[in-house]
Amino acid sequence: MLLADNDLQAIGLTIRLASIVTLILLVLGTPIAWWLARTQSRWKGPLGAVVALPLVLPPSVLGFYLLLAMGPDGLIGRITQSLGMGLLPFTFWGLVVASVLYSMPFMVQPLQTAFEAIGDRPLEVAATLRASPLDAFFTVAVPLSLPGFLTACILTFAHTVGEFGVVLMIGGNLPGATRVASVQIYDHVEALEYAQAHRLAAAMLIFSFVVLLGLYLWRPKAKKG
Amino acid sequence: MKVLRSLLLACPLLFATAVHAEKITIAAASDLKFAMDEIVTKFKKEHPGNEVEVAYGSSGNFNTQIQQGAPFDLFFSADIAFPQNLVKEGLAASEVKPYAIGRIVLWSATLDASKMTLKNLTDPKITRVAIANPKHAPYGKRAEEALRASGLWQKVEPKLVFGETIVQAAQFVQTGNAQVGIIALSLVSNPELSSKGGYWLIPENLHEPLEQGFVITKRAEGNALAKTFADYMGSKPVRAVMTKYGFALPGEVKGNLKSKKP
Repeated sequence: MLLADNDLQAIGLTIRLASIVTLILLVLGTPIAWWLARTQSRWKGPLGAVVALPLVLPPSVLGFYLLLAMGPDGLIGRITQSLGMGLLPFTFWGLVVASVLYSMPFMVQPLQTAFEAIGDRPLEVAATLRASPLDAFFTVAVPLSLPGFLTACILTFAHTVGEFGVVLMIGGNLPGATRVASVQIYDHVEALEYAQAHRLAAAMLIFSFVVLLGLYLWRPKAKKG
Repeated sequence: MKVLRSLLLACPLLFATAVHAEKITIAAASDLKFAMDEIVTKFKKEHPGNEVEVAYGSSGNFNTQIQQGAPFDLFFSADIAFPQNLVKEGLAASEVKPYAIGRIVLWSATLDASKMTLKNLTDPKITRVAIANPKHAPYGKRAEEALRASGLWQKVEPKLVFGETIVQAAQFVQTGNAQVGIIALSLVSNPELSSKGGYWLIPENLHEPLEQGFVITKRAEGNALAKTFADYMGSKPVRAVMTKYGFALPGEVKGNLKSKKP
């Protein structure tokens, strides 16, 4: 076997994390992107900036604030404790919350671009045919922006897989719960286990390349079609 | 004209100081943070005009970086094995000198850890115990040894969370995300941590001694300042600083280390 059991466990955990985060962001990010694409509100700028923050913030900033916010005295920590969920750091769901914030722009921005590209016309037509806004969204906007949805989901998934700084700061490195592949590689390197580090790192490298290659090969075709 | 001449006269003087001023960069294990900061301040006062920079981090990481040619002149490891390896690999310009023996403590930011012992970690109210990663952090390794020696490993293991360095383990406790941690005695002397709770010194017979050593790296061969700093480590003021921050000194009777109330 090329990869050890603990490496496979880390990969499995990473895939689970990335899938759940992508699903949550699909539900959460779509209305945000829709609103950002169509609104004339003066809040468009501030909300757009908040969504884009993880693109420019170092993971250490996000990790540090999340560790405080999810702790017993933090806002999130108080909420989770009063709900009987305990504290989020060192748990899988803590990583999910962190990754949702961290990967938000990778879902919202491609979707927003796709929604903006539709323009007003198709939706106005739908409205004259007496489609409700919700109906128009699902029967007109969604089919027209499918390539955008696909790009957004792939980028969100891949970006969550590649996450390192935040999970290192709030994860606690627990096998099966918070030790994702990127942390596992770091662990191998720190323990001077270069051979294991190499194998897992190479797997990540190939995965990332294939994902991006797929996106770049497929994007131009989608535009022509 | 006069001004110009005095400027010209001053030129060689400027040069002279520039030649004498030297620079060293030190890689130091993160448990040394507070002690080393103070030592470097003292050293700079006694050797003005020289530059001493310190990077703190994990010993294993520094070991790898030095193997890859990182520009460090001295390496203060938290584990004597790393510098010993560098000597073996021909990457050192000095023998390994032991400079301290690290101790571990039970520390909490919310409970009075001075009234606790390792047994208290089995209390169901304690759900998270932070230690450094035993796989590669020497303090984590000693924490694991102490838990195993007390026969508590199996009960405590499910509660453990791992910091990448001893400082990260302390952060987990400080932010309240873990109720208790096993961290370095040298860290709890920092006001940021000591103001928050007491600590209990874990008996040293529960774990292997945490002997810490340093070397001058190959790159600093012939760097006089590196040699001066290495010699300075054995001086009285430095030994006083090290003791103040909870390090036992090699070749000295371990004296007055005690648990402390908050």
